Amino acid sequence: MDLELMISSLPKLLSAAIVTLKLLSASLFFGLFIGLLFAILRISKNVLINKFAYVYSYVFRGTPLLVQIFIIYFGLAQIEYLRTSFLWTILKEPYWCAIIAFALNTGAYTSEILRSAFQTIKPGIIEAGKSLGISNKIIFYKIQIPVAIRQSLPAYGNEIILMMKGTSLASTVTLMDLTGVAKYIISTTFKPIEVFIVAGGIYLFMTFIIHNVIKYLEKKYSFQ
Amino acid sequence: MELLNFGDNGWGDELAIATLMTIAVSITAMIIGFAFAAIFTPLKLSKKKYLNLISNFYTTVIRGVPELLVIYLFFFGGSGAIMYVASIFGYNDYIEINAFITGSFSIGIISGAYSTEVFRGALQSIDKGQFEASKVLGISKFGQFYKIILPQMLRLAIPNLSNVWQITLKDTSLISVTGLVEIMRQSYIAAGSTRDPLFFYSWAAVLYLMLTYLSMKFINKLEIRYKRGY
Repeated sequence: MDLELMISSLPKLLSAAIVTLKLLSASLFFGLFIGLLFAILRISKNVLINKFAYVYSYVFRGTPLLVQIFIIYFGLAQIEYLRTSFLWTILKEPYWCAIIAFALNTGAYTSEILRSAFQTIKPGIIEAGKSLGISNKIIFYKIQIPVAIRQSLPAYGNEIILMMKGTSLASTVTLMDLTGVAKYIISTTFKPIEVFIVAGGIYLFMTFIIHNVIKYLEKKYSFQ
Repeated sequence: MELLNFGDNGWGDELAIATLMTIAVSITAMIIGFAFAAIFTPLKLSKKKYLNLISNFYTTVIRGVPELLVIYLFFFGGSGAIMYVASIFGYNDYIEINAFITGSFSIGIISGAYSTEVFRGALQSIDKGQFEASKVLGISKFGQFYKIILPQMLRLAIPNLSNVWQITLKDTSLISVTGLVEIMRQSYIAAGSTRDPLFFYSWAAVLYLMLTYLSMKFINKLEIRYKRGY
């Protein structure tokens, strides 16, 4: 055990953890919107829209995140049209490519979580709203969405933790996140165990915090 | 499309072999995972606190740390650890472990943590009466587990194991960083030499989709088989 290395690498890893958290929060932010959009498309009665949303979530859940990042980072750069368009300012940055891939990926999983939450809402709640003379639109925004969010909290908490682990793939497109820096230190010092303990400890600490925040929210928004 | 030709002027055969490699690594990793689950599930259900602690430590750490970090640990630390053990036995030469073994072992440890949780859940939801009844009937310990508990446990575990399989299959893409030539690595090589990453990574996505689709079909059949009588 090289304690000195563990202590000296801690500040570097901690500042890399901030990159990880930035990637995570940005992808969750965009992913939630994508997820909500596709969940609404999924419960639509139009077969075509429904199928489209299904294929989206099937493709993104059926392929590894690494493939998705590589297609967006290496693949899209190949299209001449994109390179000359304004989108190129975003797509040339590995940071944004990673966030786009993560957001699309977590969006697919989130849409499944929200869909099943929408479908398990008790019809009585909606009927109660209707009998009170509330318009359909308000029933959707003020009753269905809040209830669905509450119901999907435990599953969404798991998704956040999975996504946090997913952000480690940003290191494959040259970003120096927690895993990227850990790999760099390992490959320069050849002390994998020490670095793993420190970096893994930081990840576990973040998992612990996320887990408890979700548990707190679940309690706060429980129906009882 | 001619990029996918079989033979010297295309990547078709290379990609086909790489797909087989992905399948081989996934199956090996899944089996290694089952071996870990076979050790850690009983520890998790044991009445001894310190045994629970060991098992919980394993599943919490592995499920809370990114897969890529675990792979780097084994990739950079694996041969060092083996050489250390070998040096105790008086063998001091350099030992290099093959990428297939490191890869399937690291993915296997990850998959084992998920399998452990699945088996624990399945075992806990079997009715206590089943254990008692098989004991009362005087069936041997081995027979109790093998003929009575295991079939019921599998019925409950298979749907969740199918998720573990999907996770394992997708995780194998990460061992491309260690240089093992599976779908991802082969696409990387092909994309590099033809300068056509979009085409090859899209094909990689298609191959993975095909694998997940076919394995779902197969697992659904298994599920029906184990649901007989319910």
